[in-house]
Amino acid sequence: MEEFFQQLTNGLAVGGIYALIALGYTMVYGVLKLINFAHGDLFTIGSYLGLTLLTSLFLSDRLGPGAGIVVLALMVMGLVALVGALLERVAYRPLRHSPRLSAVVSALGASIFFSNTLMLIYGARFQVYPQGILPKTAIDLFGLYVPLVRVLILGASVVMMIALYAFIQKTKIGTAIRAAAIDQDAARLMGIDVNRVILMVFLIGPALGGAAGLMVGLHYGQINFTMGWVYGLKAFTAAILGGIGNIPGAMVGGILLGVIEALGAAYLSIAWKDAIAFGVLIFILIVRPTGLLGERVAEKV
Amino acid sequence: MTEKRFLVYGGVAALLAVCPLFLNAYWTDVLNSIGLYAALGLSLNLIVGHAGLFNLGHAAFYAVGAYTAAILNTKFHIPILALMPLCGLTAGLFALLIARPIIHLRGDYLCIVTIGVGEIVRIALINNVFGITGGANGIFGIARPSLMGWVIRRPQEFFYLIWAFVALTVFLFHRLENSRFGRALNYLREDETAAEGSGIDTAHYKLMAFVLGAAWAGMVGNIYAAKMTIIAPESFSFWESVVMFTLIILGGSGSIPGVLLGAFLIVGLPEVFRGFTNARMMVFGAAMIAMMIFRTGGILPARPRRYELLKEEAAEEST
Repeated sequence: MEEFFQQLTNGLAVGGIYALIALGYTMVYGVLKLINFAHGDLFTIGSYLGLTLLTSLFLSDRLGPGAGIVVLALMVMGLVALVGALLERVAYRPLRHSPRLSAVVSALGASIFFSNTLMLIYGARFQVYPQGILPKTAIDLFGLYVPLVRVLILGASVVMMIALYAFIQKTKIGTAIRAAAIDQDAARLMGIDVNRVILMVFLIGPALGGAAGLMVGLHYGQINFTMGWVYGLKAFTAAILGGIGNIPGAMVGGILLGVIEALGAAYLSIAWKDAIAFGVLIFILIVRPTGLLGERVAEKV
Repeated sequence: MTEKRFLVYGGVAALLAVCPLFLNAYWTDVLNSIGLYAALGLSLNLIVGHAGLFNLGHAAFYAVGAYTAAILNTKFHIPILALMPLCGLTAGLFALLIARPIIHLRGDYLCIVTIGVGEIVRIALINNVFGITGGANGIFGIARPSLMGWVIRRPQEFFYLIWAFVALTVFLFHRLENSRFGRALNYLREDETAAEGSGIDTAHYKLMAFVLGAAWAGMVGNIYAAKMTIIAPESFSFWESVVMFTLIILGGSGSIPGVLLGAFLIVGLPEVFRGFTNARMMVFGAAMIAMMIFRTGGILPARPRRYELLKEEAAEEST
């Protein structure tokens, strides 16, 4: 039971990270119908930027651990958002009216470009996050001890998701994003600046992905320039699991996938851990291609 | 015009055929890799270029073919080239099994499933599935191939085996392109609804293209196993699928000369620029983006189909 509970909380924390990345995929897909293959690498950029800022600015020494982490997270999110906007401007905007295959190839190219640029800057070896940023304590939860990092990650990702949900549902820009996702042309006719909506999507998604990258660095302590690929693929699986284009779907899908993967790795086989996520993906596409909360995807007319 | 093109292609083919006579073993081996990727690219071109299906897991089918050859050759000592049809069959059946339930889904879903399948196959090979794939070390001790009693061993000899296979592939796929099947694929790529409306069973044709391309990759896997004599899961990573995919897109999707040129550029150029190993992938990524923006169809794009009017019809029209 103890083991099960530990795996469950671990799965929830990892699921929170997947959900944050999945939101970036699902928002871009919702508006542009494009799988942003470079999104996983934006996530990696987030964790490398976090490492650089952490080791160069000594924020937690100056501001204390709590405020230091918050300021660090905000800086990382801001910077990754800028990279995301730049990516959209350079690699995707010129291809807005091209066949969809071209945009996919451009996204793959961007992914290769980002991961190899990181490799050139930081080297191919694993980079280690400094220890002791967050106190290594465990929280007593009904007699079970859960590491503080896990609780913080899950808490922070839930807070960010609720904030995003409120933003999408309640604000004017959020409404514009939803409108553009349903029908771009109609949205344009209603006076919505679709370019601005797309820019917003490419600011918000990468910001959340960058935050997730920072969380992975803090949680696992080591990062690598290729890790964005696996995280990105799993987060995309999570987005499909919940129903692509659907924002609450990405949240549910991410957390569910994290839990399935953690429990599967613990009780079935650790060697097949990565295959479990893809098995879930194929299974869900066969039995319920719309995802748990999603739109129709079959190509039947 | 067509005659001029034939001359150019014939000249290039003749030049290629004499290459092993004055190139050293290293560069001949580079040409061999290019040949393997050209054949793989042509097989994937049927799926991506003609049917317009995104397949980013082609390495999985290549792996199935290579492992079929390796396992049967090392366990039962069947001559490896004789296994080629069987390798195609297993890869094709595997593709059928995977694609059948999802072929009707929207394109990018197929793309993501093929990525997932590629990863699952690689993980299964590493985990020594059924105890026959040799785990992370792979399978070694595959016998050298022989053709009518002549053992193929040196890179120069492999050169002719591989490029003869490429030539066969080019010939067959060129015929296929201009067949009813090829036209149907292009039609459904351009407008699926219209194709369906004209009586083309789109799901059937897509599935056929997918299975045929996968089966061909399985046969290339056989040659790869014969050439290397050792195969391991890293040779079939996602990266391999990306290389096959991008060589098609950069060369010219749906165009046979384009795919061949793409194989030369993507596999050959990195060998030429070995000194800049680290920066070359970054440049490659940037080149992919630039290519899509400035020359979407690839370097040698597919030529639009043209048909000569029959003589009588032409005469009728002019009167």
